Amino acid sequence: MPVVMDGARVGRSLARIAHEILERNHDLEQLALVGIRRRGVPLARRLSQIIRDIHQVEIPTGALDITLYRDDLMRTAVAAQPIIHKTEIGFSIDDKRILLVDDVLYTGRTIRAALDALIEFGRPRAIQLVVLVDRGHRELPIKADYVGKNLPTSLTQSVQVRLQEIDGRDEVEVQES
Amino acid sequence: MKKDLLSISDLTSDEIYLVLDTADAMREIGQRPIKKVPTLRGKTVVNLFYEPSTRTRTSFEIAEKRLSADTLNIAVAASSVLKGETLADTAMNIEAMSPDMIVIRHPSSGAGHLLSRICRSRIINAGDGMHEHPTQALLDAFTIRQHKQRIEGLKVTIVGDLLHSRVLRSNVLLLTKLGAEVWVAGPRTLVPAGIEQMGVRVSTDIDRAVADADVIMMLRIQQERMNGAFFPSLREYFEVFGMTRARVARAKPDVIVMHPGPMNRGVEIASDVADGPASVILEQVANGVAVRMAVLYLLAGGSEAD
Repeated sequence: MPVVMDGARVGRSLARIAHEILERNHDLEQLALVGIRRRGVPLARRLSQIIRDIHQVEIPTGALDITLYRDDLMRTAVAAQPIIHKTEIGFSIDDKRILLVDDVLYTGRTIRAALDALIEFGRPRAIQLVVLVDRGHRELPIKADYVGKNLPTSLTQSVQVRLQEIDGRDEVEVQES
Repeated sequence: MKKDLLSISDLTSDEIYLVLDTADAMREIGQRPIKKVPTLRGKTVVNLFYEPSTRTRTSFEIAEKRLSADTLNIAVAASSVLKGETLADTAMNIEAMSPDMIVIRHPSSGAGHLLSRICRSRIINAGDGMHEHPTQALLDAFTIRQHKQRIEGLKVTIVGDLLHSRVLRSNVLLLTKLGAEVWVAGPRTLVPAGIEQMGVRVSTDIDRAVADADVIMMLRIQQERMNGAFFPSLREYFEVFGMTRARVARAKPDVIVMHPGPMNRGVEIASDVADGPASVILEQVANGVAVRMAVLYLLAGGSEAD
């Protein structure tokens, strides 16, 4: 099945997104990154690293697990419950500009859950959405502010993002399922 | 997971670790400004308590509320049980109002099993007579793992009223399943017959039992369940089996001292141990909420039975 982004491509996309973030947000003191578990977390850390390399500023970075906010959680009580991971947001999000980071934007339901979860931590000034891949097929009125790659897909396909930190290599693959 | 949590033997060791890992994630919710997630919204949980309880009932109730479940407490003192209704009838009547889960504490061993046969609701045993108290053992394991990063290979010494203790039975099942070396100690009259078949070392010499222990777990002297003279006096019990600083000093230097509560200070544990640096007794209470949230969450999903 086709690999649509290789490691170099993923790296370039993240570098470009980091520059776009800097272009649109002048007050770096107010920025914070929150990655959605699992693969949004390493992506958020990498963006933080890239911004540090450019500007020598440390952007606070957190991790958000949205499982407990999913809208499909109790609807199909036939399978075991999904595993919950830790949410770690070690800073106040009040009045911050939050960059919410995920790997794939699809139906938008994960982002809906993440917005609900995030707002319970405080009242950010703004929330912007960063995704590595936007594959379309939105079911909710949600749009990304920064996109690594727009990837038109059919509903029968699945998009697999692999990252060094979790999977041992960086790539994005489209699979027929 | 099975439909109900009645006994630690309902759980495989993988499922025990799943509960502990889930509890680890749940703990963070208690540190947020808004200590609530919407996960069990629209689910009804009945807390049916036939015995007095502060810690366990409060802990379950907080856990249920943090997960947004609708909770209701039935305290038997103010219920139709006093008018002579049997447990089975009470259970069927509650079941008729279709709750999703029932948390039961009862003085008779097996009360949860009875409910499990009658009810479609998920049943959580919050202590049944002298049988089991599985969520206590899970929160104890969580607390041990927090301090020791593991359970396998630890020496855990459990001291006190072994005979009447459901906390003991659940803890022994759990700790031996996860590979701890479990010692139990108490007066001969309070050692249940055949306890060594559960895979524990039995001793009536507390000093030997606590030597080099990683964990000391104290059990309450349950005077309300004692219908005979098991030892001459509480004072003498304390002399021979009470946990004093001198005895704690025989264990490993980084030993932790646990107690499921409520404590009888000066009977099974000296105040300076209960409040001392090795004591993790209040951490156990704090962890209880996270562990019960984990159990409620995991049981609310599907089960092998569905």
